[in-house]
Amino acid sequence: MTSTPTGTVFEYAPAPESTAIVDIRSSYGLFVDGEFVDPTGGRSFKTVNPATEEVLAEVAEAGEDDVDLAVRAARRAYTRTWGRMSGRERGKYLFRIARLLQERSRELAVLESIDNGKPIRESRDFDVPQAAAHFFYYAGWADKLRYAVPAADPRPLGVAGQVIPWNFPLLMLAWKVAPALAAGNTVVLKPAETTPLSALLFAEICQQADLPPGVVNILTGAGETGRAVVAHPDVDKVAFTGSTEVGKQIARAVAGTRKKVTLELGGKAANIVFDDAPVDQAVEGIVNGIFFNQGHVCCAGSRLLVQESVADEVLERLKRRMGTLRLGDPLDKNTDVGAINSAEQLTRIKELSDVGEQEGAGRWSPPCDLPTNGFWFPPTIFTGVSQAHRIAREEIFGPVLSVLTFRTPAEAVEKANNTPYGLSAGVWTDKGSRILWAADKLRAGVVWANTFNKFDPTSPFGGYKESGYGREGGRHGLEGYLTWEGKA
Amino acid sequence: MRPIVPGGGLRTYAGSVTATLTPDPTELSEATSSDSALRRFLHGLPGVDQVGAEARAAMLGTRSIKTTSKELALELAIRMVDLTTLEGQDTPGKVRALCSKAMRPDPTDPSCPPTAAVCVYPDMVGVAKEALGGSGVHVASVATAFPSGRAALDIKLADTRDAVEAGADEIDMVIDRGAFLAGRYLQVYEEIVAVREACAREDGHGAHLKVIFETGELQTFDNIRRISWLAMMAGAHFIKTSTGKVQPAATMPGTLVMLEAVRDFREATGRMVGVKPAGGIRSAKEAIKYLVMVNEVAGTDWLDPDWFRFGASTLLNDLLMQRMKMRTGRYSGPDYVTMD
Repeated sequence: MTSTPTGTVFEYAPAPESTAIVDIRSSYGLFVDGEFVDPTGGRSFKTVNPATEEVLAEVAEAGEDDVDLAVRAARRAYTRTWGRMSGRERGKYLFRIARLLQERSRELAVLESIDNGKPIRESRDFDVPQAAAHFFYYAGWADKLRYAVPAADPRPLGVAGQVIPWNFPLLMLAWKVAPALAAGNTVVLKPAETTPLSALLFAEICQQADLPPGVVNILTGAGETGRAVVAHPDVDKVAFTGSTEVGKQIARAVAGTRKKVTLELGGKAANIVFDDAPVDQAVEGIVNGIFFNQGHVCCAGSRLLVQESVADEVLERLKRRMGTLRLGDPLDKNTDVGAINSAEQLTRIKELSDVGEQEGAGRWSPPCDLPTNGFWFPPTIFTGVSQAHRIAREEIFGPVLSVLTFRTPAEAVEKANNTPYGLSAGVWTDKGSRILWAADKLRAGVVWANTFNKFDPTSPFGGYKESGYGREGGRHGLEGYLTWEGKA
Repeated sequence: MRPIVPGGGLRTYAGSVTATLTPDPTELSEATSSDSALRRFLHGLPGVDQVGAEARAAMLGTRSIKTTSKELALELAIRMVDLTTLEGQDTPGKVRALCSKAMRPDPTDPSCPPTAAVCVYPDMVGVAKEALGGSGVHVASVATAFPSGRAALDIKLADTRDAVEAGADEIDMVIDRGAFLAGRYLQVYEEIVAVREACAREDGHGAHLKVIFETGELQTFDNIRRISWLAMMAGAHFIKTSTGKVQPAATMPGTLVMLEAVRDFREATGRMVGVKPAGGIRSAKEAIKYLVMVNEVAGTDWLDPDWFRFGASTLLNDLLMQRMKMRTGRYSGPDYVTMD
């Protein structure tokens, strides 16, 4: 603000969502063949609340033997029940799961915020409703698969091994599980080691929905467990969302096998603001693009490309808007920015931000008190960033925005495309023709026009270049889980 | 406060006038030099994306205001009410009753603050003024052929002077929507300037001018942004959404665009202009959403009855019932607040 506030101070009193609705057990087993079982190796790890560092639960760590048991269960379920079931019947189960996600939405939202650190406003208004919407959407496809692909006889692939990240634990589960099941596959899913709890609650929901045993198996664990799922010889399909580095390892691991694979990897999206943009909404879009979910978003608008003639004013407005962001307790209904998911991630964000400073970029954060416990990083912008800076090239995966400027539309597109990634991009302008022109030139899987980070189950999502291959969501999302006569 | 733009007088347009995101004062005074200059200026203001504005307003509506902040918000909202009666069937008795209610909204609780003003037709200003006496509650009067604004300028000015002479502290004028929608911006501008002059008194204590846009008729957010700037440049003390006679009346996203305009106008000129959403705000919950929006969009400076008002008739009772609930822990019924 440019002036001193003289009016009444309107502080929002704490408005914490009650945690009474969730019942976190002290320890969790693996979900295999419809039952919670102890891991054969007896190993476990702890999951913590990133906002407080409090240990939430002991979670079983699946070893190779557990992976084998789970894949066998999935195979059995595939050959005996799920793969033979009519699409219409499968659809009923998926609709039932979707309704249960809605019925238990508060519980899921609170649990997600506790385990992940994301604001309850986002888990409540985004993650959980979107997850339910995905199940509803693919439930509708289950008996219409012949209209989804250019063939009359699409068939499921078999057993899908799925590895998902910690940024949207339940939603990424939905993105993976819903299309796989709709298409008639069974799954072995490994949630991220820092955020296993909502997947385990989802396992309970599968039980509640009377889903046949073995159709969904959930194996908790870290990288080793994920590697074992990917490497298991009886897995027909590997689906992964996460870092480009791990994605490359997976691509190497499945190369030369019969396994199908889809990868949804990192990004360094450009959010391009032209001088005729609706400026207040563009500022909102910039904020939503990079500070949504603490910037733990693969398609985050982490590079702001703003036209030189309006750069100063856009930045001034952006800073003013950032001053109103509320950072703190993820369970407070008025929190906009929650906790960083893990100590490890916080270290990476800090390191790259320090690099940004060393490389000469100007660092700015609004005045912001960080809680003493837990993992926190203030919303941060870097100005004077050039294409050569590491913070303009590497994915930070945190609430850190690199600001670059451009003069001409051609330069904007050139800079936007000058990255090994290509997951998403944003275009802000009042000129419709420029939106179409830019969308045509931008090499990114999703181009948002006058909005950012908007999702819908009907819309395909996926990357160019090192952001991965295959599409999730929409009709296209089914293709990764189906095969048919003449498919390459 | 005085208008930053000298009013009236068509001057020959010279030089280019294109609005940057935040125009400077010279640009503003040049912009009103001719109809074409004003059009160029208003059309050069940054556009408003409807979907984005609505999403932002909806997000602000999810804020959860509890306990102490709710108490504060209710108290503030009561102090911001322009308690309104604008009916053909209004009687002096009804206006006096309204005035009593404005001064002591909760007769059982002397700590309950008064409302900001009562808002009546010009012929009731005298009655209201007498009833309110030195209570500090202002008398606002609609004028300029309210609500349609379809009368000749001299009639509108006479209407205004009438209310001012009867003692109105505030004048709520309506713009000529026909002229605005037809693109005759300078006509709208000059009319506001003229009404503002008619609000003057010889003792220097002129009536404050609120300019009603009737956003329900202007329809687009781009229009709301343009008319906001136009009215502020013409010297409005307050910009107001609606008459309450046209649906939709006040909306959250429409008011959001106006709050952005007053914020940007202060950046550009240093002058603060108030905002008054009117019509359709009936519950305390909605009123609190508006206050959250004021807080986070325009800033805390606007959280004051001098800079933000609610034009409402039924809102006050819900505010009072919620206030009682906060103080006693129990919900009362509509029979425990006065009907007018």
